[in-house]
Amino acid sequence: MAKVHVTTTINGEPTEFLCEPQQSLLDALRNNLGLTGTKEGCGTGDCGACSITLDGRLTCSCLVLAVEADGHSIGTIEGMAQGDKLHPLQRKFLEMAALQCGICTPGVLIAARALLEKNPNPTETEVRFGLAGNLCRCTGYDKIVRAVMDTAAEMRETAS
Amino acid sequence: MTEIRYLAPRTLEDAVSAFAAAQGAASGTARILAGGTDLLVQMRAGVVQPGTIIDIKKIEEVTAITEQPDGSFVIGAAVSGATLHDHPRFGKVWPGVLEAVNLIGSKQVQGRASPGGNLCNASPAGDSVPAMIAAGAVVTVQGPNGRRTLPVEKVPAGPGRTTLTPGEILVSFTLPARPAGSGDAYLRMIPRTEMDIAVVGCGVNLTMAGGKVTAARVGLGAVAPVPLLVEDAAKALIGSTLDEAALEAAAAACRAACNPINDKRGTIAYRTKVAGVLLKRTAAIAAERAGRK
Amino acid sequence: MNVITPTENKWIGARTVRPDGADKVTGRAAYAADTTMPGMIWGKVLRSPHAHAIIKSIDTSKAEALPGVKAVVTAKDIVDFPVDKSVMLGIQDMRWMCRNVMAREKALFHGHPIAAVAATTEATAAEACKLIEVEYEVLPHVIEIEDAIKPDAPILHDFLKHEGKPSNIAGTMVAKLGDIEQGFAEADVVIERTFRTRPVHQGYIEPQACTVSYAPDGRATIWSSSQGQFMVRAMTSLLTGVPQSNIRAIPAEIGGGFGAKTIIYLEPVALLLSKKSGRPVKMVMSRDEVMRATGPTSGSFSTVKIGAKKDGTIVAAQGTFYLQAGCLPGSPLRGPVGCSFAPYAIPHVLSVGYDVVSNRSKVAAYRAPGAPLGAYATECVLDELAEKLGIDPLELRHRNSAKTGMKAAYGATFNQVTFEETIEAIQNHEHYKSPLEKNPRPGIKRGRGVASGFWYNAGGESSAQVNLTEDGNVVVTTGHPDVGGSRASIANVTAELLGVEHDRVSVIIGDTASIGFSNLTGGSRVTFASAMVVTQSVEKVIGQLKERAAKIWKIDPEAVIYENGACRPAGPNAGQFPPLALKDLAAKANETGGPIGAGVQLNTQGADPGFATHVVDVEVDVDLGIVRVLRYTAAQDVGRALHPSYVEGQIQGGVVQGIGWALSEEYLYDRQGRLDNANFLDYRMPVCSDVPMIEAVVLEIPNPRHPQGVKGVGEAPIVPPLAAIANAVYDALGRRFYSLPMSPPKVTEVMDMKLAAE
Ligand SMILES: Cc1cc2nc3c(=O)[nH]c(=O)nc-3n(C[C@H](O)[C@H](O)[C@H](O)COP(=O)(O)OP(=O)(O)OC[C@H]3O[C@@H](n4cnc5c(N)ncnc54)[C@H](O)[C@@H]3O)c2cc1C
Ligand code: FES
Ligand code: FES
Repeated sequence: MAKVHVTTTINGEPTEFLCEPQQSLLDALRNNLGLTGTKEGCGTGDCGACSITLDGRLTCSCLVLAVEADGHSIGTIEGMAQGDKLHPLQRKFLEMAALQCGICTPGVLIAARALLEKNPNPTETEVRFGLAGNLCRCTGYDKIVRAVMDTAAEMRETAS
Repeated sequence: MTEIRYLAPRTLEDAVSAFAAAQGAASGTARILAGGTDLLVQMRAGVVQPGTIIDIKKIEEVTAITEQPDGSFVIGAAVSGATLHDHPRFGKVWPGVLEAVNLIGSKQVQGRASPGGNLCNASPAGDSVPAMIAAGAVVTVQGPNGRRTLPVEKVPAGPGRTTLTPGEILVSFTLPARPAGSGDAYLRMIPRTEMDIAVVGCGVNLTMAGGKVTAARVGLGAVAPVPLLVEDAAKALIGSTLDEAALEAAAAACRAACNPINDKRGTIAYRTKVAGVLLKRTAAIAAERAGRK
Repeated sequence: MNVITPTENKWIGARTVRPDGADKVTGRAAYAADTTMPGMIWGKVLRSPHAHAIIKSIDTSKAEALPGVKAVVTAKDIVDFPVDKSVMLGIQDMRWMCRNVMAREKALFHGHPIAAVAATTEATAAEACKLIEVEYEVLPHVIEIEDAIKPDAPILHDFLKHEGKPSNIAGTMVAKLGDIEQGFAEADVVIERTFRTRPVHQGYIEPQACTVSYAPDGRATIWSSSQGQFMVRAMTSLLTGVPQSNIRAIPAEIGGGFGAKTIIYLEPVALLLSKKSGRPVKMVMSRDEVMRATGPTSGSFSTVKIGAKKDGTIVAAQGTFYLQAGCLPGSPLRGPVGCSFAPYAIPHVLSVGYDVVSNRSKVAAYRAPGAPLGAYATECVLDELAEKLGIDPLELRHRNSAKTGMKAAYGATFNQVTFEETIEAIQNHEHYKSPLEKNPRPGIKRGRGVASGFWYNAGGESSAQVNLTEDGNVVVTTGHPDVGGSRASIANVTAELLGVEHDRVSVIIGDTASIGFSNLTGGSRVTFASAMVVTQSVEKVIGQLKERAAKIWKIDPEAVIYENGACRPAGPNAGQFPPLALKDLAAKANETGGPIGAGVQLNTQGADPGFATHVVDVEVDVDLGIVRVLRYTAAQDVGRALHPSYVEGQIQGGVVQGIGWALSEEYLYDRQGRLDNANFLDYRMPVCSDVPMIEAVVLEIPNPRHPQGVKGVGEAPIVPPLAAIANAVYDALGRRFYSLPMSPPKVTEVMDMKLAAE
C-alpha cells in the first residue's frame, strides 16, 4: 500500500513520517513515531486517553487521520514538561495523588492544560464538564478535580 | 486490501469533481471528511470502507463563519464546534443553535466535530439538527450540476441517509436575520451529564411581542427516523402567552409527532413522554431569551 | 510483632510522591501495549458471530496463504483439559479456561475466540481472520438467568448436571447457621424481596495486551499487564504445555484491572503464534473486544428474606442468589453467599448460591466479587425493615452488628469486628446530621440513603527482597503489580523502618525470574501482604547492619541498636563509638562481609475483614427519571493508612464504580444474543461531571496481626453503594426499586405506575 509522507511539528520539533492513508494519528504517534505516552482506551473518541492538541486545540488523536496532521502542529504528553521541569499540573497530580493506575493520566493532563489555558479560574463544575471527555475508572475523579483546581490557583498566583 | 486515497482539495470545484469522479469509479465509495468524528469511528468498525477520502477542511468557504450585513449568519459546513463557540457574535444571536452544536461529544470531539458532519451523518439523534430546524436554517449544497439551497429538514432521508445526490457536498448553513424579541434554545435528554447520544432532543425558536408568541418553530430529534419539524407544536405556541394550556397543547403535538423505536438508548414510551417534557422546558428557556416581550 | 502507633511515624501515613509517579505523568511508563520487539508481528483473534453454535469445521488454508501471514492457531493448539476432570489454578479451573481462550467444541457466546492469526501488520492479520472458513451449526441461545433455568432452556453443556439432569445450573454453594425455620418462627416482622442486577464491566481503561517472544531454545518472555505475573506464567504454562521454568513473565504497568486481569485471554495464544511463526507477537484488544469477550461480573437474581423481633433484633436471614457465570462455570458465589449477612449477628442464616451458565462471555472478578449483589438485596431489605419497625436504619444495623469472637455463617470466627465504628462514623458525621431539603424545586425530589458492606480481605503468598546499594540507598523488589499506589505505601514503610529519607527508597515490581512467587493483586491483599514481607525483610537487613557495626566496633551484635537510620552502640558500650549510619555501613559492606540485603517469602496470615458504611444524597428529576448523586460520604476501617491519599483513592474509585452500577451501567443484548453496547458511549460509566466529590472517612483501627496494622482497603468500598443509592431513591420518591440500574426509563415507568395507582 502506498504510504503518505507527512510533514508536521510535534512538541515543537519538526517531524516527518510515513503513514498509511487510513491510519489514525494515534496509531502513527504510537507505532510509527514511538510516542507511546498517548494511550488508546477505545479508539472511538469515547475515553480521552489519546488526547492531544492539534494547532493548540484539544482533540482525540484516535479521531484524526495521521495524514491530516500534515502542515499542522501537534502537542503530546511527551512535550508537557520543560526539560526536567514538570508542568505545574504534572507536579500537582503527583503531590495530590490524582492518579492511580495512570493510564488515563496523559490524556487528563493534556485536557486539563487546555482547560486552564482557556479558563484560568474554573469552578468545580467547569472542571468537571471540561474533563467529561476523559474517563478515569480508578480515582472517582475527586483527586483529579482537586489537583486541577489547586494548580489553577497556584498558576494564578505565580502569574500575578 | 483496497487502496485508500486521501485528497485535500483547496476549492469546492475540485472537491466536487473529485467526489463525483470517485463515486462513479469502481474502486468503492468516496467519503467527505469534515471533523471525522463519525467517519473515523465508522471506518474503524468496518461499517464504511471508503476508497477515497476527501478532506474539505482546506476549503475556505466550508470553514468560514460570516455574519452578513442583513444580520443573517452563514456557517461553513465543516466549522468545528469549538471554532463556532469562540466566535464573538454567533452565540449571542443563536444561543440555542450554539448550545446544540456544543453538546456534541466532549471538548475533544468539539475540537473537530462540525454541524455539516452532524447533518450529513444523518443520525436521527444528531444534536445540532433539531436546533437548526427550529432556527429555520437553509443549507447550500454544491454538486456536479451546480448549487442549490434547501431547508435543513429536507436533508435527512432516514438513518444514515440524506437527500444529497451523488457528488453533492454540503457547503454551508444560512441562519436568517432575527427580528427583535427572538430567542432559541435546545435541550436534550441523556442519562449521563455528558458523553451520550440524545434519547430525545428538542429545539425551540420563538419570537415574542407584547408577551405573546408571534413566530415559533420546533424541532425534535431521536423520536423518528429523521429529526422532525413539528409544525403543530409551533401552531399551539403562536398567539399564546406560553400559558400552561398552550404549552400542554404543544407538548401533546410533540408526543403525537413521535414515531420512535425501542432501542438500547430508550423505549418508545419513555421517548414519547420525554418529548413533551422537553418541549415545555425548552420553550421556557427560549422565551426567557426572547425577553418574554 | 510490634504495631507502630501513628505518633512516632515520619513516613508511614505521609502523603509522599509515589516512586513511579514521574514516569506516569510524563508518558514514560510502559504499559502492556507500549512494548515493541525487533521483528515483532501482530496477532488478531477471529471471534464467533453466533451466541451459540457447534463448530463443525475450521479451514485456515486461505488465511495461511495470504502474503504476510506467519501463523494461525486454533483450539487444536491449546492444551485440552477434558471436561470430566477438574484442574485448578487458584480459583480457576483449567477445563473452563482452555475453552475460554479458544472455543473448542462449541462457540458459546458472540465474540468467543475461534482462531488467531499472526501477520506482519495488524491490518493483514485482521484481513486473514476474515479468510478463515468456519462451518457452524447455529443453536438456540439463552442470555438471561430466568430463561436459562427454565426446564426447556437450551442447555450449554450436557455434562453439567443439576439434580441429576443436564442443566445450566453449574454449581451451588451454601452457608448455614442455626435453624432457619425456627428463626422465622421467632420473628415478629418478616420482609422478603426479589432483586435483579445486570452484569457490569470493570471498565479498566487499558485494554488487555501482551507481547510474547518464544525463542528457538524454547524459552518464552511475556510482557503483559495483569494482576499477577505469576498467574500469567502458570496459566500460560498450563494452556500451552511450556514449562513454567521456561516462561518469564514481565509485568508491564497495568492500566486498571479491578479483578478482571486475574485471568488471561491473549498470552497463551500469542505464545503459540510466536512459537509457530518464530517471531515475537504482539496482541492488543480493541475496546469492542474487551467489552464483548472479557469477563464482566455476574448479573444476579436474588431473593432475600429477613425476620426481626419488634425491638429490632434480627433473628433470621435467608438469601437465594442466582448468579450469571457467563458461558462457563465460575460465578463469584462466595461474595453474596458469604458476605451478605456477615456483618450481622444473626442466629439463623441460610444463604444459597446458584452458578448459572448462559451464552455470555465468562465472568471475571470485579472488586469484592459478588458481594455488592448480595449487599444490594440485603441492605435494601434492611432499609424496609427499619422503616417498618420505626427504627433509624443505622441504629438497626448498629444493634445487630456482629461482635469480635463470633462465628459467621460462612465459617470464619471473627478476630476483630469494627463494623460498629463505621456506623458511628456516619452517625456522627455532619453529612448524616445535616437536614436534606427534600423538595428544593418543582419536579425535583431529594432523598438520603445508607447501607453497609463487608469484605473478607486476604493474605496469601508474597515475596520481597530489600537490598542496599553501595551508595547507601535502598531498592525494594516485590512481586505484585501496582494497580494504584502500592509502591508508594511500600516506600513509606521501608523508609520508616530503616529511618532513611523517603526519596532514597526505590520500589520495583520484579518479574517471575527476579522475585519469588507472589500471588495475585486482588481481594484487597497486596498492601497487607507485601508490607508484611517487606517488614520482615527490612528486619533482616537491620540485623545485618547491626552485625556489620558490631564487627567494626568489635563488640557483640546484641549490644548494637538501630535507630534513626544508624547503628549505635548500646548497653555497656553506649556512647563509646560515634553512630554508623546506613550509608556508612553500606559503603563498608564488602570489607565487613559482602553485600547487604535480605528477602522473605511467606504465606501471609492474619487478614481481618473490612467493614464499610456509606451515606448518600440523591436528586431525582421526576419527569425525566434522572437520578444524580449530590453528596456521598463513605466510612471504612482500613486498619492503618500507609499512604492516606491512595487509601482515599481506593474508596473514592470504588464508590464511583458503585454509582455507575446503581444508575447507568448494564450489558444489553439484542435478540441474536449479541452485545449491543460494546463501547464507552453506550456502556455508561460515570464521567467526571456525573459525580460529586466523594468524602472518604478513613478509620484506622489497627489490625493487631499485621506489623503496621494494615487491613485490606480496595474491595469494601464497592459493596454498599448499590443499596445506599437505591435506599436514597426510595427516600426521594417513596417508591422502591428492585432492579438495577435505576435508569431513567425504569424510574419514569415506576413513577407512572405509582401515579396510576394513586
Ligand atoms: C465520543 C463521541 C461523542 C459524540 N457525541 C455526539 C453527541 O453528543 N451528539 C451528536 O449529535 N453527535 C455526537 N457524536 C457524533 C459526531 O461527533 C457528530 O455527528 C459530528 O457532528 C460529526 O461531525 P464531523 O465533522 O466529525 O463529521 P464527519 O465524521 O467528518 O462526517 C460525518 C458524515 O457526514 C459526511 N459529511 C461530512 N461533511 C459533509 C459535507 N460537508 N458534505 C457532505 N457530506 C459530509 C461524511 O462523509 C460522513 O459520512 C459523537 C461522536 C463521538 C466520537
Ligand atoms: S482512544 Fe481516543 S478517545 Fe479513547
Ligand atoms: S488512574 Fe486509572 S484510569 Fe485514571
